[in-house]
Amino acid sequence: MKIAIPVNSNTTASEVATSFGRAPFYLIHDDSLDSTQLRENIAAHSAGGAGVLAAQIVVDSGAEVLLTPRCGQNAADVLKAAGIKLYKSLDNLSAMDNIKAFEEGRLTQLSEIHKGLHGQAGE
Amino acid sequence: MSKQRIAILSGKGGTGKTLVSVNLASVAEHAMYIDCDVEEPNGHLFFKPEHILEKTVTVRVPRVNPALCDGCRVCVDFCAFNALALAKNSLLIFDGICHSCGGCVLFCPQNALHEEDRPIGCVREGSSGAVAVKSGFLNPGEASGIPIIQELLAVPASDHHEQIFIDCPPGSSCMAMESITDADFCLLVVEPTRFGVHDLSMVYELVRLFKKPFAAVLNKCTEGTNPAERFCREHNIPIFARIPHDPVLGLMHSNALIAANEDDKYHDIFSDLLHQLTKEISHAAVSHS
Repeated sequence: MKIAIPVNSNTTASEVATSFGRAPFYLIHDDSLDSTQLRENIAAHSAGGAGVLAAQIVVDSGAEVLLTPRCGQNAADVLKAAGIKLYKSLDNLSAMDNIKAFEEGRLTQLSEIHKGLHGQAGE
Repeated sequence: MSKQRIAILSGKGGTGKTLVSVNLASVAEHAMYIDCDVEEPNGHLFFKPEHILEKTVTVRVPRVNPALCDGCRVCVDFCAFNALALAKNSLLIFDGICHSCGGCVLFCPQNALHEEDRPIGCVREGSSGAVAVKSGFLNPGEASGIPIIQELLAVPASDHHEQIFIDCPPGSSCMAMESITDADFCLLVVEPTRFGVHDLSMVYELVRLFKKPFAAVLNKCTEGTNPAERFCREHNIPIFARIPHDPVLGLMHSNALIAANEDDKYHDIFSDLLHQLTKEISHAAVSHS
């Protein structure tokens, strides 16, 4: 099973990014192969619709689970349509430690979806 | 005489765009007032227009026929605004992100997409004495009021109003740009605060970019130093009027009264401003012809 998580830098030691749609990279961990990949988020600098495009990238990675501190409505719609389950990441753990926490059943499902931050950056 | 279109803008909200716009339209003889602040229109509260005609404004959005869509993603890859996504071979369409360009429909190899009208707000047109009053209302939650502003500003050539006063949205974003596109003159209303001057500097840049003739109106003037006046002096911006920071004016405005109709002092201030504007626009028209 592949697990995705938004991260701040292009390394497996990265911290979890504070935003889903605007995170610079996604770490994709495949626990069956114990392999880890990093994908650049081309949506990070898009003028609008970042959440939709970011969700598309995660969907296309083949992930079945997303660990994230928060998620906007548009992104959540895409992720849910693809059957991806959302869990809330823990702020005090690195990305890899969050994946370990998920595997140990210590993360809870992300229940709160925010409306998005649309229009706040100006158009 | 051809129509004169005067746009009133400010950058910062609450500096007095509507105050200046409604008072100018009231002292003019054959005026139309257009409220382009479609997110929070309030000019109609002053004019209380009658005989209102309402027109719904719609935009075109794509709809998919799932039986025809084969998940090729041409539309998803085409969309510059990320309004489309494909998950498990089902196409998701985000109406709020769509800019109605129609490209996805055009490029779909399966002809699986078509367009539908989606309402985003309305335009209400009425009259208040001799003033024609048009206001745009954008539905809450909608991202862009541009289609409503375009509908508001599409004044037919047969219209007899000689002067059109365009009450612009605050800021210097797309909606403010759309509002001044066809303006003959821009009036920049500014209050004597640092925020006011900061946002004036943005619309100052905007009107120069659009190569519009412009002047400033200093609102809320007090006895003390006026940073807005200093900015105007430093940048050679002509000052066409000074409106005092006056509790009497504030009270009239808060009660949705048009000061020029209530108080001779304000009738004179706005008549003088109108006179200067008319003279300046006629002069510009002569020198450009």
